[in-house]
Amino acid sequence: MTLNVNKIRQDFPILKRKVYGKPLAYLDNAATTQKPRQVIQAISEYYENYNSNVHRAVHKLSQEATHAYDEAHEKVAGFVGAKMEEIAFTKNTTESINIAANALSSQLRKGDEILLTQMEHHSNIVPWQQAAKRTGAKIRYAEIDENGELKMRQLQQLINKKTKVVAFTHVSNVLGTVNPAKEIIAAAHEAGAITVLDAAQSVPHIPLNVGELDCDIMAFSGHKMLGPTGMGVLYGKEEVLSEMEPLLYGGDMISEVSFDDAKWNELPWKFEAGTPNVAGAVGLAAAVDYLQKAGMENVHEHEKKLTKLAYDRLSKIEGLKIYGPPPNKRGGLAAFSLEGVHNHDVSAMLDAQGIAVRGGHHCAMPLARLLGIAGTTRASFYLYNTAEEIDKLAAVVKTVAAKMKSFAKVK
Amino acid sequence: MEKKETNAIEELYREELMDHYQNPRNQGELAGADVSYHDHNPVCGDEVTMQLKVSDGEIKDAKFTGKGCAISQAAASMLTEEAKGKKTRQLLQMKTEDVLQILKINPGPVRIKCALLALRALQKGLLKYEAKLLKAK
Ligand SMILES: Cc1ncc(COP(=O)(O)O)c(C=O)c1O
Repeated sequence: MTLNVNKIRQDFPILKRKVYGKPLAYLDNAATTQKPRQVIQAISEYYENYNSNVHRAVHKLSQEATHAYDEAHEKVAGFVGAKMEEIAFTKNTTESINIAANALSSQLRKGDEILLTQMEHHSNIVPWQQAAKRTGAKIRYAEIDENGELKMRQLQQLINKKTKVVAFTHVSNVLGTVNPAKEIIAAAHEAGAITVLDAAQSVPHIPLNVGELDCDIMAFSGHKMLGPTGMGVLYGKEEVLSEMEPLLYGGDMISEVSFDDAKWNELPWKFEAGTPNVAGAVGLAAAVDYLQKAGMENVHEHEKKLTKLAYDRLSKIEGLKIYGPPPNKRGGLAAFSLEGVHNHDVSAMLDAQGIAVRGGHHCAMPLARLLGIAGTTRASFYLYNTAEEIDKLAAVVKTVAAKMKSFAKVK
Repeated sequence: MEKKETNAIEELYREELMDHYQNPRNQGELAGADVSYHDHNPVCGDEVTMQLKVSDGEIKDAKFTGKGCAISQAAASMLTEEAKGKKTRQLLQMKTEDVLQILKINPGPVRIKCALLALRALQKGLLKYEAKLLKAK
């Protein structure tokens, strides 16, 4: 089935907006996505009708809020094929990974190894660096080849008895590479390592089932999948989460407190200290409903088409280089550089035409350095983007290239 | 800052600015510089090193090196021209508005950092230089 994109666009109020008098082409979905009316309405309905604290009072409003909050966990769990107990709400992917890195630190000893890849986002590097500093464990990096794909042989060789954690991104937010998660996870398990999957760029875009992948821990962000900001998800297998120490302590995460000690609440509440983001959870649940109705297979197919189109159009432009694998091996984004033009200038010129893209290192400085570039311009797609928007993107990039060349000639 | 943000390509990438980007003035190492300050913008990776020769509180010569977007590099080039002959005090008093007037653009809240990188480097360098002078006295 194909998506009815015109109808979908009607659901997103912001897409009617003009910037500088031009229609908005929002192509920065890897950073954050826009929100449909259904999500915005669910949030205001919560505040207008049943705003209250959860898991505490017996009054009616609290019952309704608690029900909605718990149901949000169930919906998100269903979306990725998990059990409700295995889904804890956090602020974002970054927080989820921090919880994991902090908890797994207690199992790390001097000489142990943490395996990451060269294409990680800062949020899947820095928490592990800190864990390594605290414990004396060592970080190793699986390398990428000239196509921006993981060198699987090298990766397999890096996994050994000392490897305790293998943490990697499912889809690269710069290269677009879709990593063979199942294969990597199996290899890690064979060595007895725990796997942490950064699914910030995969859960929103491709049908995914944690049971099938067999990952132990997984992190993703609600705001990158039509949900509100301030909502993230930490998935963990029940037996893994049970063993993990929480990062935050306080109310709601305990079952019993005395003056001397406390017992942790059951899963997933152990990881949700303090009054949670109830409105955010309600919004995320509405986002999940929306995506499920559209169908993740369809979303994925639509993005594949757009990505292929963008790849074909952009790669024809002289002096333009797209980073990462060919379209059939990538997620819905394309990061590129234009010879002789700084990525900020490309982004600014696109912005002037109402096209929102992102320039820079995309929070992956080590990768940018490895590629030998200051940064790239990235266009990233979602279910509401159209072929016309891609055409416009390519046309403006072409104009920019020509314009910069004409300046260079003056020289 | 009530002024309208510059957004049209033609306005943001004015001919004069692009000329400074493509044909930078005063680019290179300044031998025997009294002031030398390197600064960068961690978000976008723009870099400049601003160098000055100073005597009796007056800028005798100015040069820069760097790499980055058109706005950051053109601003550095234009600022070296602006600096020559000025009193150090005058340079230290320069504000955001002054730089934007020289560049003749208003790049908006994100890219303003690119526009101001060179001035910030120049001023930090000068402050360091003056502190050293005071100590020597
Ligand atoms: C691959 C990847 N990991 C992690 C993150 C961090 O997500 P957040 O900023 O929501 O914590 C992002 C998004 O910026 C990402 O693309």
